[in-house]
Amino acid sequence: MIREIRPALSLVVLFTLALGFILPGIFTQVSQAVFPFQAGGSLIVQNGQPVASAIIGQNFTGPSWFASRPSALMGTDAKGNAIATPYDDSESGASNLAPTSAALLKTIQARIAAWHKTYGAGEVPADAVTTSGSGVDPDISLANALAQAPVVAAARHMPVDDVVALVNRIATQPALGFIGTANVNVVQLNLALSTMR
Amino acid sequence: MTVSGWAYMALVFVLVLASAIPLGLYIARILKGEVRFLAPVERGIYAICGIKPDRPMHWQDYTVALLLLSVIHVVLLYAMLRLQQYLPFNPQHIAGMSPRLAFNTAVSFATNTNWQAYVPEAQISNGAQMFGLCVHMFVSAAAGIAVAGAVMRAFTASNLGSLGNFYADLTRITLYLLLPAAIVVGLVLVWAGVPQTFAPFATVHPLIGGAQTIAVGPMALQEAIKELGTNGGGFVNANSAHPFENPTIWTNILETWALLVIGFALPITFGSMIGKPRQGFVLYTAMAAILIAGSIGAYAAEAHGNPLHVAAGISAAPGNMEGKEMRFGIAASTTFNVAATGTSTGAVNSFTDSYMPLGGLVPIFMMQLGEIAPGGVGSGFYTIIVFALLSVFVAGLMVGRTPEYLGKKVQAKEIKLAMLSFLILTFFILVGTGYTVISKTGLSSMANAGPHGLSEMIYAWTSATQNNGSAMAGITADTPWLDYGLGTAMLFGRFAFLIPVLAIAGSLAAKPKLPASSGTFPTDTLLFTGLLIGVIVILGGLQFMPADTLGPVAEHFALFSGKTY
Repeated sequence: MIREIRPALSLVVLFTLALGFILPGIFTQVSQAVFPFQAGGSLIVQNGQPVASAIIGQNFTGPSWFASRPSALMGTDAKGNAIATPYDDSESGASNLAPTSAALLKTIQARIAAWHKTYGAGEVPADAVTTSGSGVDPDISLANALAQAPVVAAARHMPVDDVVALVNRIATQPALGFIGTANVNVVQLNLALSTMR
Repeated sequence: MTVSGWAYMALVFVLVLASAIPLGLYIARILKGEVRFLAPVERGIYAICGIKPDRPMHWQDYTVALLLLSVIHVVLLYAMLRLQQYLPFNPQHIAGMSPRLAFNTAVSFATNTNWQAYVPEAQISNGAQMFGLCVHMFVSAAAGIAVAGAVMRAFTASNLGSLGNFYADLTRITLYLLLPAAIVVGLVLVWAGVPQTFAPFATVHPLIGGAQTIAVGPMALQEAIKELGTNGGGFVNANSAHPFENPTIWTNILETWALLVIGFALPITFGSMIGKPRQGFVLYTAMAAILIAGSIGAYAAEAHGNPLHVAAGISAAPGNMEGKEMRFGIAASTTFNVAATGTSTGAVNSFTDSYMPLGGLVPIFMMQLGEIAPGGVGSGFYTIIVFALLSVFVAGLMVGRTPEYLGKKVQAKEIKLAMLSFLILTFFILVGTGYTVISKTGLSSMANAGPHGLSEMIYAWTSATQNNGSAMAGITADTPWLDYGLGTAMLFGRFAFLIPVLAIAGSLAAKPKLPASSGTFPTDTLLFTGLLIGVIVILGGLQFMPADTLGPVAEHFALFSGKTY
């Protein structure tokens, strides 16, 4: 027992210094040098100001923007009351509501009704009315984006075909047909939209 | 279910199973001391720490060394978490943790569990993640593999009883396996978009106005060792569902591969160490069969969408997307979560609380089987060895012969120890869940009503006891009862299992190696593989079936009869 104290104790100290300070220090330096954009959080700068991270979703409201998925993130206001804070990345997470949750069913029904009101009748894309795992999912399905395109085009007085072409240009298709899903990054789509005239 | 979903799963399993074979042979060379490319560093560590790498250790010495190192390390982490406001790298000015939360978290990371009762972005500093949690992610993983190595030596040693040297094993596994792998995987992750910076959270100004906080930090390195060491502790609350921890389908494949590959490599290592590759392949096949069956089950459950939501008017084709990320879709989500629960990785890339009832049952069942498909790094191997001993014992009972495994007689002592270790796990899972669902404090932690609330608590106690760390994450975990209760379950789940296993190894190592005779039950056949899977499912799974029936199974029937809670 006694003779094990020195090796055990010194290994803990040594590992803490080597793996907890030296390794992350060097690793961070190398990452920053080789991949500065990604290592810093993929921040997109416009007119000298960071406007988004290319891979973190944002909350877009109003018909002139493509809408992201609903976000389950909650925070507190100045008085300490719980409020919805969609796409606030300071604390990520999911709704964690059960498949048999009455509250979830009610919320989804309300989102479906709102969808029909804005985008018309028909089957609603699943991603448009369900919350993601992170609360900051940057993507929507290609079907969802194409369904939103006419409304966005009308609000911006643009030809629908131009908006659809933009959606198809930003969209990613599954690699080799099976790795990944057909998605559109809403942040990148809306940023591209804002520069079109 | 789609062709592309099946193709994705096939791709992941082929990548994992194929690369595990050369990796397993490499780990065997590490454990034998044949890998030397950092020999000067290794010698330096031994000199500083006063380690004699060739000193043989019997099981008692090995256990004492492991426990002592763990105790020292857990106390250090507890202190770091309590005092993090005084320590460097705290750009968000996060306060120290409460005693109960610090206890829970320290135990969680020292036992390779990575149960997270805290909210990372709000309750832990970059520094405490880096020199606290991350170091434990390396060391607890290396310790698990070291014990696996010790158990392997029990079958090569004859009449000697030495299981190798714990410190040398720990050092070599860290230097030659985990460290290089974490650097390579980590750099690939940075390239793909995972941040690695000491800067505070960024603020961006979206086009529609306002401000958005973007949580950045030294994530990529932690992400790499989190998967490779089957740890699972996420840098952010959403874990691998977050676009920063897991930005693309390609990083998802890499992370799924990383959390599985060492677990599948170790039986190959075993076959190489004992000079009987087929014996290793039997364990590897049993692990793979259970993992693939579980993955198919979860995919089938999630792929069709929630009937209540489909009836309300959403498209069924994408599947049950609540709590899942678009870039993954169903197959990549369920495969990740099943892999994470087949190992002891507490990582998730989609939220199990919102899985369909049977989709949520699969991860629970994967953990209840003892996490052997392929299990945590090291722990999966030594757990399946215990199942193999029980299988030869059962076979011996059926034909009336003295059971032996790889030339070592399996006698009453080993079987008693094996059963003891399993009963400890059963006790904590069932009694812990039972008390929680009848106590006021336990009930108040549930996030959902009805049978799903029971599922959440079964999940929590199974995850803690089996040192997994994932959760049906809606529950309120930071309460006195769950912090201390689950913390205790993690401690017993790791060490009260590991000590009997090392005792078995010590006992077997001291026995003479018998040549195989016509009375020996062959353990390198398909028949034995089937028997082993049977013993795992019956012994590991059956005892939990009544509880699982009242939770996920009851919820399944409620859901399909249209009932909500």
